[in-house]
Amino acid sequence: MPWTKVYANKAEFEKISAEQKGLRGLTYREAILEATEQALTADKNVFVIGEGIDDPGGVFGTTKDLHLKFGADRVMDSPLAENGITGITVGAAVAGARPLLVHMRVDFLPLSLDQIINHAAKWHYMFGGAVRVPLTIRAIIGRGWGSAAQHSQSLQAMLLNIPGLKVVMPATPYDAKGLLYAAIFDNNPVIMIEHRWLYEHMGHVPAEPYKVEIGKGIVRRQGKDATIVAISLMVNEAIKAADELSKDGIEAEVIDIRSLKPLDSDLVIESVKKTGRLIVADTGWKDCGIGAEIITRVVEDAFESLRAPAVRVALPEAPTPASPALENAYYRGKNDIIAAVKKTLARS
Amino acid sequence: MYTLNAMPAIKTQKKAAEKEASVYSSALQIQLYTAMLRIRLFEEKIVALYPEQEMKCPVHLCIGQEAIAAGICANLEKRDYVFSNHRGHGHSLAKGAGMKPLMAEFYGKATGCSKGKGGSMHIVDVPNGLLGTSAIVGGGIPMAVGSALASKIRGEQSITAVFFGDGAFEEGAFYESFNFAALKRLPVIFVCENNFYATNSHQRARQFACKISSSAVAFDAPGVCIDGNDVLSAYKAGKDAAQRARNNGGPTLIEATTYRWKGHVGPDTDHEKGCRPKDELLEWVKKCPIGRFEKHLLETGILDANALIAITGEINSEVDDAVKFAKESPYPDVSELLTQVYSD
Ligand SMILES: Cc1ncc(C[n+]2csc(CCOP(=O)(O)OP(=O)(O)O)c2C)c(N)n1
Ligand SMILES: [Mg+2]
Repeated sequence: MPWTKVYANKAEFEKISAEQKGLRGLTYREAILEATEQALTADKNVFVIGEGIDDPGGVFGTTKDLHLKFGADRVMDSPLAENGITGITVGAAVAGARPLLVHMRVDFLPLSLDQIINHAAKWHYMFGGAVRVPLTIRAIIGRGWGSAAQHSQSLQAMLLNIPGLKVVMPATPYDAKGLLYAAIFDNNPVIMIEHRWLYEHMGHVPAEPYKVEIGKGIVRRQGKDATIVAISLMVNEAIKAADELSKDGIEAEVIDIRSLKPLDSDLVIESVKKTGRLIVADTGWKDCGIGAEIITRVVEDAFESLRAPAVRVALPEAPTPASPALENAYYRGKNDIIAAVKKTLARS
Repeated sequence: MYTLNAMPAIKTQKKAAEKEASVYSSALQIQLYTAMLRIRLFEEKIVALYPEQEMKCPVHLCIGQEAIAAGICANLEKRDYVFSNHRGHGHSLAKGAGMKPLMAEFYGKATGCSKGKGGSMHIVDVPNGLLGTSAIVGGGIPMAVGSALASKIRGEQSITAVFFGDGAFEEGAFYESFNFAALKRLPVIFVCENNFYATNSHQRARQFACKISSSAVAFDAPGVCIDGNDVLSAYKAGKDAAQRARNNGGPTLIEATTYRWKGHVGPDTDHEKGCRPKDELLEWVKKCPIGRFEKHLLETGILDANALIAITGEINSEVDDAVKFAKESPYPDVSELLTQVYSD
């Protein structure tokens, strides 16, 4: 299926587009905009709120002009009051709305944590299922140009050990649209974390609304020698790494886990049973991150299939530095994944 | 001498504050003028150099808003504390920071005030009492109450001033902090720089009442709204608030109305991007805090043209030295990546 593909470069995307007429290309940002617009159209209970969502930029284009199409009652700018606004959306969700709350940066989401953790995540359970919280929160990871410690964090890990929350991190335009649409119509709080550096990526996206199932990962590339599980932007790095490794005769399987909670560990285990080697590439820090969880699940359920210690590719244990000299050294990418794969292969 | 580039002539505005000006010494008025001009020329240099793309960090400029930092900080001692936000260059300079460590920080250099780790949004100057700037809106407000609390507990004379925007006023942190400061009679000055916008959202799109200073009433604390482009008003408000703080009178809320000439971030103007009307900018440019005050100084004979030229020249060479220093400084070594994660 063309839309399950991750295009490592534009030329490849254009080649497929030319070959298969009728496929429509969309950027990641456009896919998000389209899902939002279609959700607003499909259900009048859907509304969108966020700081600056009606400004000319429209949150990097993902909410652009929606207030003009749907009116300020359904697409509204918000005061700077993250925890309050989150609680307001939680309350609205409990009362039957399907709010979509947008944070320009993941870094502003910690202000909302009380409402997310103590309220949204528990409201259904705590009242014996009497009420539910169909709330979606989008948050964007920044990177580069000295974004520094408070504007570039990948904070997904801290959301993963809260029962009641769902967390997705789409890597492709197709998944961005389908997961967002699924999230909005899910009856639970779903947090979708996007990487700003994916916004220009192109992919094939069907025009009609569709859902990508939350809780299902996907194999992006088949391979027999090692399993690379990646999330978000790191999926692209993993594909590039796998392509390069292939030149050395190493065939890596790349899994885009895309839904971090619930986590599709069956897919990973199935792959590791075949390859015996596991690498997890995260956009965030190592400790207690998605890598820790994935590796643990494999150790718990398929320990005997591991032929070498697993390796995590994650950020160094420090906040993001501003200086370009340090920022360059900070981020992980293709080469780190290649090194990690080789490291696991070096162990027989 | 500071001249506005291609800007309409400034109309004389005989205001009560100007009459009051005679109360203030010439030395003080020159100090205030110099403080504002130092911020302006420093930031205009950033505007000029930013396109070189050597300053690889977002810059939030406060051109047009200088009077507030200058007027408030003139009432602070070196030992007094300041907290600020993403738009913090002016506060830092007004509190006494040298230009070199700031400029070097923007260039990501090891000699920067934060050793290149913070960038323009995260500047610090401990010897002059600037304990850091948070780029999380409202983040500095409770911290400022905390430093005021520490001063009180430790029996120190220091007071704290915190600068934040009209957007930060909407954060719960403001109310929680102000209540605590009022309750404990803490020596802290809340300075809300109301430039009417948070990014591209107008205050009216975010607040129904638009009466920031009135909120102090609920805490039985003084709240004043001043013309933030009038440095003497800012000075006077700061003086009253500082006196109150130093005499166990608790917090004061100062709302200072002003306007940011540049975009929310970066060196361009907003009307170029269609974010804000050009006419609005031009109206505010007429109210330039520096142009206005310069005119007053000339008219009252506190300064003459030659003196203005001399002050401008001195500041310009300080700016040039800072740029040279920043450009010539080394980048931090990669080994610095993992230092200072924890303190010893
Ligand atoms: C908690 C939080 N929410 C949102 C942002 C994004 N943001 C950065 S500055 C800003 C506007 C702040 O407006 P204001 O407080 O009025 O200060 P100004 O920029 O006008 O000086 C916003 C929304 C942020 N940094 N932190
Ligand atoms: Mg503002």
